[in-house]
Amino acid sequence: MSVLQMETESAAVNERPSAENYLNCSHGFWSWAATRDHKRIAIMYLISVLGAFLLGGIFAILIRMELWTPQRTIMDHDTYNHTFTLHGAVMTFLFIIPSIPAAWGNFVLPVMLGAKDVAFPKMNLASYYLWVGGALFLLAAIVLGGLDTGWTFYTPYSTTTNSSVITASIGVFILGFSSIFTGLNFIVTMHTMRPVWMTWFRMPLFLWSLYATSIIQVLATPVLGITLTLLVAERALGIGIFDPKLGGDPVLFQHFFWFYSHPAVYIMILPAMGIISEIISVFSRKPIFGYRFVAYSSIAIALLGFLVWGHHMFTSGQSRISAIVFSALTFSVSIPSGIKVFNWLATMYRGSIILTTPMCYALSFIFLFTIGGLTGLFLGALATDIHLHDTYFVVAHFHYVMMGGTLVSFIAGLFYWWPKMTGRMYSEFWGRLGCFGVFAAFNLTFFPQFILGARGMPRRYYNYPPEFQLYHQISTVGAFLLGASLFVAAFTLIHSLFRGRKAPANPWGAASLEWQTSSPPPLHNFESDPCAGDPYDLDSQIYDPDLSGYRFRVESERLHSTNDSAI
Amino acid sequence: MLNQTAANVVGSQGQENHEQSHPRFLAHHFHSSEQQFDSGKLGMWLFLITEVMFFSGLFCAYAVYRSTHPEIFIYAHQFLDANLGATNTIVLLCSSLTMALAVRSAQTSQQKMLVVYLTLTLIFAAVFLSIKYVEYSHKWHAGLLWAGDFHPVAGHEHAHDGDGQDAGKTTVMPRDVGVFFSIYYALTGLHGIHILGGMGAIIWILIRAVRGDFNAEYYAPVDFVGLYWHLVDLIWIFLFPLLYLIH
Amino acid sequence: MDPKTMMAVSETDGGSFWFPTAGTQIAKEVDGLFYFILALSTFFFLLIVGLMLVFVVIYRRRPGYARKFAPDHNSTLEVVWSVIPAILLILIFFQGFTGFLDMRTPPAETYEIKVVAKKWSWAFQYPNGYIEGELHVPVDRAVKLTMTSDDVIHSLYIPSFRIKMDLVPGRYSSMWFQANQVGDFPLLCAEYCGTKHSDMLSRVIVHPSGEFEKWLEQASNLMSTLPPPEAGKLLYNRRGCAQCHSMDATARTGPSFSGTFGTSQPLADGTTVLIDENYIRESILEPMAKVRAGYRPVMPSYKGQLKDLEIDAIIEFIKSLK
Repeated sequence: MSVLQMETESAAVNERPSAENYLNCSHGFWSWAATRDHKRIAIMYLISVLGAFLLGGIFAILIRMELWTPQRTIMDHDTYNHTFTLHGAVMTFLFIIPSIPAAWGNFVLPVMLGAKDVAFPKMNLASYYLWVGGALFLLAAIVLGGLDTGWTFYTPYSTTTNSSVITASIGVFILGFSSIFTGLNFIVTMHTMRPVWMTWFRMPLFLWSLYATSIIQVLATPVLGITLTLLVAERALGIGIFDPKLGGDPVLFQHFFWFYSHPAVYIMILPAMGIISEIISVFSRKPIFGYRFVAYSSIAIALLGFLVWGHHMFTSGQSRISAIVFSALTFSVSIPSGIKVFNWLATMYRGSIILTTPMCYALSFIFLFTIGGLTGLFLGALATDIHLHDTYFVVAHFHYVMMGGTLVSFIAGLFYWWPKMTGRMYSEFWGRLGCFGVFAAFNLTFFPQFILGARGMPRRYYNYPPEFQLYHQISTVGAFLLGASLFVAAFTLIHSLFRGRKAPANPWGAASLEWQTSSPPPLHNFESDPCAGDPYDLDSQIYDPDLSGYRFRVESERLHSTNDSAI
Repeated sequence: MLNQTAANVVGSQGQENHEQSHPRFLAHHFHSSEQQFDSGKLGMWLFLITEVMFFSGLFCAYAVYRSTHPEIFIYAHQFLDANLGATNTIVLLCSSLTMALAVRSAQTSQQKMLVVYLTLTLIFAAVFLSIKYVEYSHKWHAGLLWAGDFHPVAGHEHAHDGDGQDAGKTTVMPRDVGVFFSIYYALTGLHGIHILGGMGAIIWILIRAVRGDFNAEYYAPVDFVGLYWHLVDLIWIFLFPLLYLIH
Repeated sequence: MDPKTMMAVSETDGGSFWFPTAGTQIAKEVDGLFYFILALSTFFFLLIVGLMLVFVVIYRRRPGYARKFAPDHNSTLEVVWSVIPAILLILIFFQGFTGFLDMRTPPAETYEIKVVAKKWSWAFQYPNGYIEGELHVPVDRAVKLTMTSDDVIHSLYIPSFRIKMDLVPGRYSSMWFQANQVGDFPLLCAEYCGTKHSDMLSRVIVHPSGEFEKWLEQASNLMSTLPPPEAGKLLYNRRGCAQCHSMDATARTGPSFSGTFGTSQPLADGTTVLIDENYIRESILEPMAKVRAGYRPVMPSYKGQLKDLEIDAIIEFIKSLK
């Protein structure tokens, strides 16, 4: 490849090539808005999805405030219904689904492959603008009459309510395209841009998880597109496919919707698991245990995830046989998830564990995801699901998986790749403190909801019986603490931008390729082609106090000691 | 595990042809034209898969209603003109042929033939849409619209099929016939939009072909638009019997 | 929320930490399965988190600690921790599956009650045609509900019986239960259905043996035994009017019943209407015909669900609210 050319290029632009990076190589609004650099697109995505997260978080806080008392606290029925719908829609479509693939996938994937960019940089930028367009439509829906259908858009409620369902559907439709573009781009990049020495089984596990995620994005998202198209046609023209009055079937909508939205759950959690696999291995200073099992389990989850959508509909009146089949398939998905958890534990076994901020988040992930996964068993079992369906038990379950899992992993990635992305180190003390706060407040918020649900508190309830007030109040207090802890985490990072010390190329001693380039990386990612190697050969890295980071061990240093000096 | 020295053999496909000339349409982040072409082709196939999934939602709706309300489909299909449908099938097959020839011309650098075949494909597409327009406007006047606006006009309510057996069935209209037309309009309408999109893409490559962008070295866009066009054609091949030829 | 149902909800709170009272045999089976899964989950949770914490403590990087050799894969181990959970999962699935079949298979002899849900009230129709907004059932007798919805999807949920089923417009769904405990139990809507979803509450009243029939007979004859305004008030409370129409001049989702009879009121289309017997009757049977200004057209029709005599009683009741 163009080693020569690249070196001459960079030398021509700047006398000191190492000082130039993707952040300072060009300036001005259009250098960002029209960029095709995957790293800049990742940063734009990162800021945008965090903005969406803030918006969704404000809705969440409003919901929790309203539920402080059993009756009206701060808003009326309709406002409450709008608020929880928008919380769900914004968090799902604008934040969680794009979060890890679009922000971390975009930033890390080409660098991990040693490539200059993703296969289709223009499409990547288009994907970002589609996200912006979809977000604008969703925001427009909020302004023009709001949305009160629940994020699931169930017919016939969604076809009869007078809120702006069409605008919101168009928004989600566009967001779907954004997601498809990202997935398609990643699959092609992984197929065609890998260096020859990087076989499939030498790819970092984060890439495996992104591959599995992309498969789901490409296969499932179009079904959401057609579902929403039909919903819009139903509302605008009355085509009647979901309308019982015209001979249609409202439950068909649920099948269509969950055919996408259940796999979408794995769009959310699979890349999160990928990040955890990276972090656990690096900070245990050990190769990931059972690499192939972890890699295959991602693919298994992605494929099995397509077969279980019916478990959202056990009470919808679907036939017994389908309920039973869906229940059985649902349990099959939990096996690969379990494999991952056990492999992470085995990775830590006899490791040399460093409790950095990303590692603290990764351990929180294991704790919270285990609860989220195990409570899924109550919902997969038919008899107990009938009781727990559509109660706060479900709410707690998916928040443990989506927020305790995906969000915590997203933040873990944020702290893990922050030095690479910005070139700055943050305060470990404040980072860990924020992590502890998030972990404790999260449990305070959501654990009481398991009890609420089992005791018969349905979800999406504005008023509730006074006996539940205590649990709701604990949950509300937790939500405020959770918000505060997230701000601590945010301030830790923002502070580092101004006061943090400069990050070395490899602060963590990781062996995957993104740590072989400078922090932040140059525009084309590598000054010279990176060294081939095993992404989990952590013994190849040794701490060098001169760099205050890690570098490759030279042959003479090898095998003398497996105990690196502490950070 | 690999050590550093052994590992310095780094992916460097296509290094040899790089120094001599940088192909005009090779993007900076690809090593070689082959890599770029393979990426584009894989991307196109993935895009076609999303299109198939997109339509498969509607085909599922079709299957569900066909199995739960077979009488509606048997009754309603006779309002579709199988002759026009068959003509359209032939028109689209011809357009696929000319598209394939266009790709061939691009691969063999026959620029003039490329322009001719692309123009022919465009004409066939336009004929398809015109026939579709005739069918739609006839149904519009007969009040044969989707379920919400399904108000058949008495005089127009005659079957297209010539044979007497089918005509006899028109006397009893089953309930909810509108659902058939909802699915009909959803499927053919969506397909029509794809034809329009395809025509846009063909116009784009036609302009580039006139400009002389394509040759045996670089013909990827023609190839990819061709793939897309064949898929749109293929979907119609499924639509035609499913909607027009029900017994 | 209706204070009466609210009280019913808290009165029956005699359950355990996890559950409200179990009012049926199946509820006890469900609880059994729940506790079984809970025990398994707790075991695995403690195992995973315990190991994680132990590893963090004993393998933490510290001066003088050297990492010992550990394998980076072990297929036997992988198979073990795939197969053992798989066996346990099959066990859980099987129990959930048998419990589900019990829940969905009614015995041959059942007492059938029809249910129609609409925004935001329930109507339970007994075999003699009597309709009420609360579900009365005899104890120790299998009851089958045949259910449908008038507008959007609702879901009938009785937490104490651990059962739940969606009511879908345009089709019938059914569920059954056999209450083995006399008392009042809350009944809720569990599928989001709009503004007052959380107020779509009712009660299940389980009558002691022999008393259900007496209650049904008495209740069915209300129209002939009570003076019309009082019968109208009962209907107002029992049939869902009270959800949206107040008795004290406050506007809720619908206009108040108080002090409107005989007045002229503006309509949404700009005209005015005299609130008389005909207008009330029309509004009950065809609510969309004349919608009062300032209110959304959301009232469901009661055509076929209120008898003429009952409509008359409601009219008399509204008349009495000066």
